[in-house]
Amino acid sequence: MPCFRLDDVTLGYDGHPAVHHLNGDVGRGSLTAVIGPNGSGKSTLLKGLVGALKPLGGRIERVGFAAHDIAYLPQASDIDRSFPATIEDLVSLGLWRKRGLFAGLTRDDNAQLSTALDAVGLSGFRDRPLDSLSGGQLQRALFARVLLQDARVILLDEPFAAIDSRTVADLIDLVRRWHGEARTVIAVLHDIELVRRHFPHTILLTREAIAWGRTEEALHPENLLKARRMHEAWDMQADWCRQVTA
Amino acid sequence: MTLYDFAIAPFADFAFMRRAFAGAGILSLSACPVGVFLMLRRLSLTGDAMAHAILPGAAAAFLFYGLAILPMTFGGLAAGVLVALAAGAVSRLTIQREDASLAAFYLISLALGVLLVSAKGSSVDLMHVLFGTVLALNDEALLLIGAIASITAIALLALWRPLFAECLDPSFLRSVSNAGPLAHFVFLLLVVLNLVGGFQALGTLLAVGLMMLPAAAARFWFRDLEPLCLMAIAIGLLSSYLGLLASYHWSLASGPAIILTAGIFYAASLILAPRGILLSRLKPKRHLTA
Repeated sequence: MPCFRLDDVTLGYDGHPAVHHLNGDVGRGSLTAVIGPNGSGKSTLLKGLVGALKPLGGRIERVGFAAHDIAYLPQASDIDRSFPATIEDLVSLGLWRKRGLFAGLTRDDNAQLSTALDAVGLSGFRDRPLDSLSGGQLQRALFARVLLQDARVILLDEPFAAIDSRTVADLIDLVRRWHGEARTVIAVLHDIELVRRHFPHTILLTREAIAWGRTEEALHPENLLKARRMHEAWDMQADWCRQVTA
Repeated sequence: MTLYDFAIAPFADFAFMRRAFAGAGILSLSACPVGVFLMLRRLSLTGDAMAHAILPGAAAAFLFYGLAILPMTFGGLAAGVLVALAAGAVSRLTIQREDASLAAFYLISLALGVLLVSAKGSSVDLMHVLFGTVLALNDEALLLIGAIASITAIALLALWRPLFAECLDPSFLRSVSNAGPLAHFVFLLLVVLNLVGGFQALGTLLAVGLMMLPAAAARFWFRDLEPLCLMAIAIGLLSSYLGLLASYHWSLASGPAIILTAGIFYAASLILAPRGILLSRLKPKRHLTA
């Protein structure tokens, strides 16, 4: 049963495609890594799945859920860390859809918030101002927010970039827990070993899908080599795409 | 001269002083918290731009109706909203960012306003529109400022959470709710409203001073949002009071006197406040032992 179904999807900016002609399904409840060189269209793909970017061509179908059911953690969040807010303020944003515009936190919400902070190892940090957090602590807080969002589909864009290994290990545990709860998780990653160890499915991108499927097949050395070659051969002045869609 | 003569008698003896303080004071209650949000959203200069943008609306009304408060208010409001909407639309539809499009539209707007005023009025009229007349506030103007303050207070309380979320993490709010753009627009509307209210008392150019200076000064005292707003209001009120006193005793122009007093508060806060230059440098950083 698919969760996302992509039909000849091309995504890009200003008419310039960043990633071409993607075809494939992401299974419901699957745990998928998106991997590829810099500039290969990984983040663009996630933006397309979230619905923040309209495809230049093709169709992205969300099967059985709405855009609002997605929890999306972008790569460079535009969180203003100088803004006078605490971890509680940031994490409780995750309850937005449940609480709506005006309501405050109920006792039940408070309990959920505490549980989420415990789960990411930030118990006792509730009232800490954002500007006093390390990068790893901020990322833990953002994962706690995803927890509170309680979404069926979770998209993470480079969630482990520039973060200490202990935090990565803790957060990977959370990702595996979400997988165990049959949520669909798609994460853009750089660390191939991490992907091999924890992610059953992989999409290997170099401006098009080199491989899409089970991780051990997708990350076959032949595919990795092909990805590197295609990336090096990329031509910024390329002509318009000649692959005509019927 | 007794303290009473100096500090209270000017207000006790003269109705125009009482009115001036009422106008500037009520304006502080609403404009200062708006200024705090503007500052925290790094839109401090947007207030300035919007203050220029409302000019042609007020000037057009001035051409048709003379110095009448309601037409000038609605004219200013219309011009401000138009510029805010146009700037927002350009940034949404093209690659140009909002600061650039806002700059373009407010400059066009300002030039248009000066052209309109100078086409018919004298330079005295222009000075009036630009610098206001806090010492000549009539009942109508006070009522208007009161109404604007009430609307601002209600709207700020109602929009507190979306505004807070929009400041903190705009892209997250966009992903879970459509409230973000709406909150942003209503907020810009409040900015324009308060500037329009302010230009009766202080003029278009100085209204933004009462909005931003107390907010910027308060930032050196407090970290959290609520105390920031309260401190900004306190500084706004004090500046209005002391500025009017100074203008009375030393025959200074009242609007600039109020803003300069706020400027003195800013400079003093910058140097002396807990988060200002001196204390944040001199105080040895204490830390826990473990």
